[in-house]
Amino acid sequence: MTSQLLPPLRSSNPEAMKRPLLGWTLHDSIVIARSTILASFRIPEALFFQLIQPVIFVLLFAYVFGGAIPIPGAEPGTAADASLYRQYLMPGIFGQTVAFAAAASTVGLAEAMQKGIIDRYRALPMSQSAALIGNTFANALRQILVLTVLSITGYIVGWRIDAGILNAVYAYLLLLLFAYTVTWVGAYIGLSVPNTETANTAGLIWIFPLTFLSNAFVPLDGLPGFLKVFAAYNPISSLVLATRELFGNPTGYPPGAETGYWSLNNPILYTILTCGIAIAIFAPLAVRKYRRASRR
Amino acid sequence: MAKDDAVHAEGLVKTFGDVRALDGLDLVVPRGQVVGLLGPNGSGKTTTVRILATLLKATEGVAYVNGFDVVKQADQVRHSIGLTGQYAAVDEFLTGRENLKMFGDLYHLTPGYVRERSEELLEWFDLVEAADRPAKTYSGGMRRRLDLASSLIAKPSILFLDEPTTGLDPRSRLGLWGVIESLVSEGTTVLLTTQYLEEADKLANDIVVIDHGRVIAHGTAEKLKDQIGGDRLEVTVDDPKRIPDAQLALAPVFGGESLVTESTISGPVSGGSTILVDAIRSLDSSHIEIADIALRRPTLDDVFLALTGHGAEDETQVPTKSRGRRGRR
Repeated sequence: MTSQLLPPLRSSNPEAMKRPLLGWTLHDSIVIARSTILASFRIPEALFFQLIQPVIFVLLFAYVFGGAIPIPGAEPGTAADASLYRQYLMPGIFGQTVAFAAAASTVGLAEAMQKGIIDRYRALPMSQSAALIGNTFANALRQILVLTVLSITGYIVGWRIDAGILNAVYAYLLLLLFAYTVTWVGAYIGLSVPNTETANTAGLIWIFPLTFLSNAFVPLDGLPGFLKVFAAYNPISSLVLATRELFGNPTGYPPGAETGYWSLNNPILYTILTCGIAIAIFAPLAVRKYRRASRR
Repeated sequence: MAKDDAVHAEGLVKTFGDVRALDGLDLVVPRGQVVGLLGPNGSGKTTTVRILATLLKATEGVAYVNGFDVVKQADQVRHSIGLTGQYAAVDEFLTGRENLKMFGDLYHLTPGYVRERSEELLEWFDLVEAADRPAKTYSGGMRRRLDLASSLIAKPSILFLDEPTTGLDPRSRLGLWGVIESLVSEGTTVLLTTQYLEEADKLANDIVVIDHGRVIAHGTAEKLKDQIGGDRLEVTVDDPKRIPDAQLALAPVFGGESLVTESTISGPVSGGSTILVDAIRSLDSSHIEIADIALRRPTLDDVFLALTGHGAEDETQVPTKSRGRRGRR
């Protein structure tokens, strides 16, 4: 290319689309979600490791802890106990995995911010919340793939759906709702941290205690007093318990037993409630951050 | 009338905590013109562009872009502008064509138009062969071209280019200059920020020099150069340790303050070519070895030095300096 004039651009004048029935926010969110999903398939390595990580967790927990953690209903240390633990474990892994969906959102948005892409979006006449809605939605949708791979792995190690297909569908939907909720929290963190390096750790640091201080891998009975209360009201516990019930897996409680906590006696309702509250808090916060965002 | 200009800003002030990034900046960009916003890092160039592009709210002052208030009519402003920042802001995992489609869709343009326009821009920016490759595989120059193409998808009448060639190799820079000149010849208004004085000199009709968030000079490149006087004498000495002696020896030759960078002294002179002889004679009698001596027209670098007392790319001292100054104001 030299510094001489290029031929004039001949395309016709821009034609604006009519405002769609459901408004620009939905349209723009779909555009962003589509691009985000498309982009994530362009990095097969990243996708591979995202899928392999929970699979490794399944194998680790199933074969290392299986048998070491007694589940009510079987003689400790027996083969029946180990198999029961895998049934008990899988919903825990599902819960942990969808909780980690938040980290992808944190890193993705911190990167978009650092690279100036958010600046570009904000200078476009697009809906100001669409970039976040699209991004969080795409992240949650990606969990469908992750949950599929995970379910197949679970099946191989002996996990079974025992309470009918419809309940299983509810369980998966609940997991996706939870994934969508935490991606909003992740988005807020991603827009708040100063750079992508921080995003890598800040995106994960809160998820670890949240998943381990729950009934995901061990029954709550072993926890000391105050941690037990925290774990009982931890929405990951209610999510995991709800999915255990919906999949027909061992819950860690004798059938019909009282858990002693409202959150665990009504795990589906409690999970939906906390998700609703968290979205109601973090979505507006994240959008506000986004509108004031500046490239750092 | 403020609203007839492509860009009209009055008394812009922007504070970030203690830092006063803009301190009463006025700026006018007439339609169809290229205005170069020139200043060192931290002088407020990017802040100005961000305010005009609706990304940032000014603490004080008003700004109109294409006749629309950047705060109250942000959406209309966004429809009128294209913004290309210092960082090629394209999705690197999407291909060139997919990037253009995404941005076209987000401008709410019809799919048919976006397709037609994308093809034309890809051709124009010499990206046809790379159109279906992820932008990640592009060179720096190609990415910058894709970035610029993305901001042109909706045919904006006003283009903000924030340091568009920073970090590019000379060939890519020349290519991008060609593109910008072509756009301007078609009537696009451009507000260009740059640290490269050569770039402003080449592209801009009008140059606004800013420092510490204020306009310190304004005019055509020629006018700014005249402002600091005629020719300049530049002497490079063999031994940098002899600079003080050389300064002393050249003092009678210079008609004003001289500037020293490493082993080079430059200063304004008048009196045509005999001045060269005088300078050489004077240095010779002090036994100073000359590596190079030249008489030249002032560059915008000289303008900058003369106006601000520091070089255009001299970034480290700017923040401390502005703080000191503010204290006294």
